[in-house]
Amino acid sequence: MDLYVHPRFEVLRSEKKCICCRVCERQCANGAHGYDESAGTMESYDEKCVNCHRCVALCPTKALKIAETSHSFRQNANWSGHTIQELYLQANTGGVLLSSMGNPRPLPSYFDRILLNASQVTNPSIDPLREPMETRTFLGKKNQTVTRDTRGRLKDNMGAQLELRAPIMFSAMSLGSISYNAHASLANAARELGIFYNCGEGGLHKDFYKYGPNTIVQVASGRFGVHQPYLMAGAAVEIKMGQGAKPGIGGHLPGHKNMGQIAATRMTPEGSDAISPAPHHDIYSIEDLRQLVYSLKEATGNTKPIIVKIAAVHNVAAIASGVARSGADIIAIDGFRGGTGAAPTRIRDNVGIPIELALASVDQKLRDEGIRSDVSLVVGGSIRSSTDWVKAIALGADACYIATGALLALGCHLCRSCHTNLCNWGIATQRPDLVRRLNPEIGAEHLVNLIKAWQHELREIMGGMGINSVEALRGNRLMLRGVGMTREELDILGIKHAGL
Amino acid sequence: MTTIDAKALHFSQLGESLRALAGQEVQVKNCLGHRYIGAGISGISIDIDGIPGNALGAYLLEGSTIVTRGNAQDATGDTMSGGSIVIHGSTGDAVGYGMRGGSIFVKGNAGYRAGIHMKEFGEKCPKLVIGGKAGDFLGEYQAGGIIVVLGLNAKQGEPCVGRFCGTGQHGGKIFLRGGIVPNELPPQVFVKQTEPEDLEPIVPLLEQYAATFGVDLGMLKSSPYLLLTPNSANPYQSLYAQY
Ligand code: SF4
Ligand code: SF4
Ligand code: SF4
Repeated sequence: MDLYVHPRFEVLRSEKKCICCRVCERQCANGAHGYDESAGTMESYDEKCVNCHRCVALCPTKALKIAETSHSFRQNANWSGHTIQELYLQANTGGVLLSSMGNPRPLPSYFDRILLNASQVTNPSIDPLREPMETRTFLGKKNQTVTRDTRGRLKDNMGAQLELRAPIMFSAMSLGSISYNAHASLANAARELGIFYNCGEGGLHKDFYKYGPNTIVQVASGRFGVHQPYLMAGAAVEIKMGQGAKPGIGGHLPGHKNMGQIAATRMTPEGSDAISPAPHHDIYSIEDLRQLVYSLKEATGNTKPIIVKIAAVHNVAAIASGVARSGADIIAIDGFRGGTGAAPTRIRDNVGIPIELALASVDQKLRDEGIRSDVSLVVGGSIRSSTDWVKAIALGADACYIATGALLALGCHLCRSCHTNLCNWGIATQRPDLVRRLNPEIGAEHLVNLIKAWQHELREIMGGMGINSVEALRGNRLMLRGVGMTREELDILGIKHAGL
Repeated sequence: MTTIDAKALHFSQLGESLRALAGQEVQVKNCLGHRYIGAGISGISIDIDGIPGNALGAYLLEGSTIVTRGNAQDATGDTMSGGSIVIHGSTGDAVGYGMRGGSIFVKGNAGYRAGIHMKEFGEKCPKLVIGGKAGDFLGEYQAGGIIVVLGLNAKQGEPCVGRFCGTGQHGGKIFLRGGIVPNELPPQVFVKQTEPEDLEPIVPLLEQYAATFGVDLGMLKSSPYLLLTPNSANPYQSLYAQY
């Protein structure tokens, strides 16, 4: 007999309010609601609930709420109830624990312990409603030398660049890990916002080639959907070396999700697993990476900036320095809180380092070595608000990547069940009836609203600092102060403690 | 036929010249380690005199052909989606990495990790034929396509491929001439001696190999072959506990 694992959540239904309309039953793909014909009452199956709030949001009489179970083990500060239950599950199945979305553990957030500056009296603040504020950003290698033609005119020696109306992009999420409608929402929003979305490693659906000018296409070790027209379709090509949620671990789309359009887009046999291991089996050195970077440049006739995405791990500064020398135009760094459609839980929760520290040390290292202008830095791995965004730029980022935040704008409730293919919000699922729940037009509208709101906040914060362009905010660590940090933490971040 | 003397050219200059000649027949003379020749070009025909560098024919497209008279290096045909590459010598590591269409014929040997991550979908079925021997990890993570290793230079009783052949294979077919089971085959690979009907998909490949490199077709066709296929399209399904 299996070890008993108690349901994590309780479905609480107000008998008084419930009108037995059975909406919740139809809405819950996990099957946590049922109807007892003979008694004429609704039933709940707590063990199936993942706390996604779909039923709660759609119940017409607001009769539902979901609670974390109060059932508990004997108090033990070392063995939490959750840890015990996970152990039971492994004893029952012999399986590697699998979950999704970003690291939920209560590890310290550096963003939350950084405070921003504002001008007072001298160096007056700027009113962003009245004064122009430049948020346009160009990503790519910036040449440090000026060349002139025979008549002394400046020659354009700038390589391929990405032009963003504001320094933010939607980071890689593959078609397969998220739905067609989620991709359509991201693509539409990116176009309207003058920014970029990233199609991830699962290829680019034929319907989305038209969004190419606002698309970053990804090349991972499995090379799904990669052919020359794909490389040409995007505005930039990203080589995925690592992902913050699972550094050292590859991607693996289970065969049951690799069907129909997903398989066609990935160009792999339907129903077979789509495996993209962590190592590219042709890359064992920076020189090997350089070869892939240049083969992509050649295949695209040097028209696309090449991004290399790495996970924030120990020694990330030295790694980034190597990557900068590989010929990459942009380095994307993904922090340990970055999301995922599926990852071994233990890896997600224990491997990698915070993006704030990784970013600060990479920026510093590249400056020290005099190669900072050779690459742009894009960071992700939990940018949750406009202030995380501002702080990241002030720590040295040229732009930020958001993914979890973007999915939240599409209706995600962070139930961390993306790996089950049963996303009740139509985001992380390939089941047609569920995908239909996400309207791409409304999705895009929410994304546009979110980014516009953040842009307003960005301008307001910059105005408060007396800064009128993102350029002047970038790497401007004087605008940051730490609270409750050790000397070492402050040193790594390159900021002073508040009060100084 | 246009001739390019590559002697004084950097790979990026050679690449630029070749891209400008898409759709034409080109002879590259004095090739000396130039990388990325033919990368992502469609409808070109390149004949190489000399030694091409890494990533020959990467991302190659339909309608292109590359013939090289000497050896090729690493990552030949990386992620190619069509066309053909013919090597009148040997090639280095990771030949045909992630290829999803077209064909590669290697007269001699291939290094480690040949044909890894090969894919197929619908009409597109990539083919890699190696006349000599291949190193370790042949067909690792293969998801589709056909790999043939002829082992024409293998000694009596010696397997024509190295160790760990087909590790993580979850699709496609590997044919090994000579019928000798390679060392340290991973457990998820299913091995059988071929029946005549199993050889049907490779007969045209054998014909082409024999015609291109002047080898006796009858001998190739009458040899014993092993067929390696994965025993599951979902090798990692049972690895996880979802919650
Ligand atoms: S949706 Fe609300 S009212 Fe309808 S059956 Fe469920 S709990 Fe009752
Ligand atoms: S899984 Fe979601 S829809 Fe189903 S009962 Fe729980 S909260 Fe409601
Ligand atoms: S995308 Fe869907 S399944 Fe994943 S966390 Fe959000 S609501 Fe849950």
